[in-house]
Amino acid sequence: MNKLLKISNSVLALALFLALMVASCRSGGKNAKKEADSLTVPGANAAVYEDIKQAEKIFYTLPSPLESAMLIKSAGALFDDNLLNPIENTKNYNTNKSMALNLGIYTCDLSFASLYDQTQLIINYMNAAKKMADGLGILDAIDQEDIDKLEENIHNTDVIMDIVSQTYLNSNSYLEDNGQPAVAAMVLTGGWLEGLYISTQLIDMKDFNGNKLVGRIIDQKLSVDILIDLLESSKGHPAIDELITQVNKVKVVFDKITLTTSPVRPEYDQTTNVTVLKSEVKADLTPEVFKELSATVAEIRSYLIK
Amino acid sequence: MRILKIASVLLLLTIAAGVNVTGQCKAFAKKTCLPELGSYTHDGNYHATVLSEGEEAELYKTFYSDMEYRLSICGDEGLPPVEFMVLDVNRNILFSSKESNNARTWDFKLQSSQQLRIIIKVPSSGQQSGTPASGCVAIMFGFKIKS
Repeated sequence: MNKLLKISNSVLALALFLALMVASCRSGGKNAKKEADSLTVPGANAAVYEDIKQAEKIFYTLPSPLESAMLIKSAGALFDDNLLNPIENTKNYNTNKSMALNLGIYTCDLSFASLYDQTQLIINYMNAAKKMADGLGILDAIDQEDIDKLEENIHNTDVIMDIVSQTYLNSNSYLEDNGQPAVAAMVLTGGWLEGLYISTQLIDMKDFNGNKLVGRIIDQKLSVDILIDLLESSKGHPAIDELITQVNKVKVVFDKITLTTSPVRPEYDQTTNVTVLKSEVKADLTPEVFKELSATVAEIRSYLIK
Repeated sequence: MRILKIASVLLLLTIAAGVNVTGQCKAFAKKTCLPELGSYTHDGNYHATVLSEGEEAELYKTFYSDMEYRLSICGDEGLPPVEFMVLDVNRNILFSSKESNNARTWDFKLQSSQQLRIIIKVPSSGQQSGTPASGCVAIMFGFKIKS
């Protein structure tokens, strides 16, 4: 009888613990509530803004691996497979932290290979990403059907991009919906850092001035604070605390760049139904600061793929 | 002891229901929101949550000058039409769905890269009685190279 009572109490304690876990997971960014906005909104905007109060959920989002790879390609950079994390390294990743970071890293490498039609690398890196997702217990993130579809459409970039996008969505949504925001944040961090690593390594200092890719690297200054906010929302998790320290090293270098943006003017184009957000931006990245940024990112990335 | 057992079962059922609701947001996002991106490539990021009437969510993201974007916001059928606004870093409103016939999508491109803030609100239906409706709300981004 006493034994049964003890078991029942244990079940109740476990249930209560799980309930609290789920409640905290579901609330997501609720703890991150910000102070009420005190806004000065010009003219007609003011009425709309009166409705705004505190948000129940805050999302901090980074450029996805696919978007990062697209930014590299659109800047006219060439493909270099030496920059990718070798797939042989997959055997070294046995902890949740290393698998999560390298899921992001391999997904970025996969995206990079996809946009440059590197057929064999696409399959290899999809398998590497699958290995990481499987290791993290992410059910059905990348299944055999995805791999088969990838092989069947290996020369169709649009289909490949769709598959990469879907598999990344599956991983993120599984982690978020199953109460693992810290692991999800690690995946995003890995992907972002890999995109920044590849971009910085692709810069030839002889073509530094006027290089479009340098402009995209400067733009990452806008994302580094978002990344820190994202990581801060899972502060207290040992792996996340370590990542905050690492990412702060990148932020210190980005802080040496001054970015001045003129006010944004939205202009709606009736013929295309597209709004153009007009503004001018000025940045002062020197070759010296760039080299420091490149070295800092390379050092952190080297640590992450160990 | 029996009461404890019943309490445990009830709690576990509550947990299961909670997990199910959030789990459904992925299916909802993929089924309802993803098709709204049309010819734009989904970036692969996942932003969905359960919101009730009167609740809000915020999203911070950097958008790049090389790209053309489509922002798509979807809410469960049981919710009033979800409103959203896009603001720049100086908190100026760049777009309001309420002022654009309750638009569910917004297509835009940028002259220079910007960090933007998106505020999503589930308005109250105004009904005094009963519990406020709640359901999944998803935010999705599609992109393509700027034409």
